[in-house]
Amino acid sequence: MNTDPAPHRYRVVVNRAETPDTSTLTLRPVDAPLPAFLPGQFAMLYAFGIGEIPVSVSGRCGAGGLMHTVRAVGAVSRAVHDCPPGGFLGVRGPFGRPWTLPAPRDADVVVVAGGLGLAPLHPLVRHLRDHRVRYRSVAVLIGARTPDDLLYRAEYRRWRADGLDVRVTVDRPLPGWNGATGLVTALLTGLRPQPGRCAGYVCGPEVMMRPVVRSLATIGMPTSRVELSLERNMQCGTGHCGHCQLGPLFVCRDGPVVPATAAENLLAVREL
Amino acid sequence: MFQLPDLDGLFAALHADGYRIVGPTVSAGAIVLAELDRPAHLPYGVRVETAPGHYRLRPGPARQAFTHTAGPQAWKEFLQPSPERLWRGTRDDEGFRVDAAEEPPRPTALLGVRPCDLRALGILDGVLGDGERYARRRAASLVIAVDCTEPGEACFCVSAGGGPAARSGFDIGLVERPDGGYLARAATDRGTDLLARLAAPEASDVEVTTARKAVDEAAARMGRRLPEVDLRDLLTRHRTDDTYWSAIAERCLACANCTMVCPTCFCARVTDVTDLTGEHAERWQRADSCFDPDFSYVHGGPVRSSTGARYRQWISHKFATWHDQFGGSGCVGCGRCVVWCPVGIDITAELHALAQRDRS
Repeated sequence: MNTDPAPHRYRVVVNRAETPDTSTLTLRPVDAPLPAFLPGQFAMLYAFGIGEIPVSVSGRCGAGGLMHTVRAVGAVSRAVHDCPPGGFLGVRGPFGRPWTLPAPRDADVVVVAGGLGLAPLHPLVRHLRDHRVRYRSVAVLIGARTPDDLLYRAEYRRWRADGLDVRVTVDRPLPGWNGATGLVTALLTGLRPQPGRCAGYVCGPEVMMRPVVRSLATIGMPTSRVELSLERNMQCGTGHCGHCQLGPLFVCRDGPVVPATAAENLLAVREL
Repeated sequence: MFQLPDLDGLFAALHADGYRIVGPTVSAGAIVLAELDRPAHLPYGVRVETAPGHYRLRPGPARQAFTHTAGPQAWKEFLQPSPERLWRGTRDDEGFRVDAAEEPPRPTALLGVRPCDLRALGILDGVLGDGERYARRRAASLVIAVDCTEPGEACFCVSAGGGPAARSGFDIGLVERPDGGYLARAATDRGTDLLARLAAPEASDVEVTTARKAVDEAAARMGRRLPEVDLRDLLTRHRTDDTYWSAIAERCLACANCTMVCPTCFCARVTDVTDLTGEHAERWQRADSCFDPDFSYVHGGPVRSSTGARYRQWISHKFATWHDQFGGSGCVGCGRCVVWCPVGIDITAELHALAQRDRS
């Protein structure tokens, strides 16, 4: 764990708009690079003088550079989202527990993403695509509010070409949308993972993740084979500030990726 | 065990070694922890009267300085000071330059650490010990414990797994005698060196037995106790007992006093600030509390918006999830949260009430 309290400087080399309020930044280290991040881990991104927010790696995560997808919501995320190429951000990390990879050989892999939840899953999807032959099947189920809120939309075709079963649904269709409408759980129809050889990776709003875990169980994927990525208030990244507690978990250290078996009971308690 | 007629020699030796001495003293109607120049600054002749939501200084034995229980401050203040600047930065052509350099911590003697607070230091070591700043300050601290002979109404260290005698985690352990003298023992090389320089005579067996007896007897005079049930299991099972938590919320002001005075509460927030030019930025760390609605804020609102959920977080963290996180309870039974709650919510009474719900 990196407990260095000061951020390392990174330069923004690309700032690509994903949706009207979300963009993906590619960062290159100015100083000595931080250790390589693993898919599922997160960084604390700092906008000079404004503040710091936790953001999962959402693409490249080696020592040479980082990719983060950020939605402009508050003052800090707005500043990070707006940081132009050539601008500077501070980065601390890597923090937290990554997705368990690789999944078992010949497994049926199901990835379920809701909204911005596809961002922390993006490096995992890349891994699955790069190692597609290792698995029996790989399904990537993506839900978003509207077609305009879909992240990385240009990549879906390539993922499909590389053998991933990419299924997409939206809550509210817009003119020109020919795809599915409705809950992401409906996309599970027809999937039959082998209970003893499968893996599920889920990230999205908590109201979406709980039914997804239940639905995965009904199609044969035991909850013990599912991982979730959680979100809580995080300020230190090292388990020292206390904000990210969810029952016994420090989400920054014991998460953000946690086994669904551990998260299930905790998420069921209101305001825990 | 060695005999010390007073603390003059110890103060002189610590000062000669460059230590600042921090210990209890009377200020503004309470016993606070502050830098002490000489033993006369210790709270001689003071006793403390405590009850839920109640704290008063009363006259005590004139020759004794440690006939009081925990005051509103805890030693965490010197190991994780609040507020504290973590770093400062200046904007430049390469974005910004960060200066995290800090002065090495001053060697500090923590004088008069009671056994409950000694355990709290051990717990904090487990929580924050892998943080550089805490570790540096801790390494620069010398701990002088004083066994407890005058427990108070709000004390429950015995049922919290401790007791009035310091067992480990100190350099020098003292027992104060009614005549104002001390019996001293060393538990580390640093403590042994210091005591050796004081050229103190060995205490007789009778003196040691008498002093031990006074400390042992204190164990039977705790004003409170925790229920003798598995608190971890109790709190976990009652996690969704909403009528209980909302009943507490009717009394709890969510003022955060309990978390501020608690010797093991460690939560902190960081705040980034700039000057008016925007060229200089600093990051500050401040003590924070799970009773603040912003504590659990994620986009859209706080996770724990009700006071009941926040009280549940505090008491469950202390007695239940602390075990999962750090391998033991987070409560040492010092009683501060009972005393400094403005509406007198008594954590021991609440746990008894919860245990009672199991039986009814």
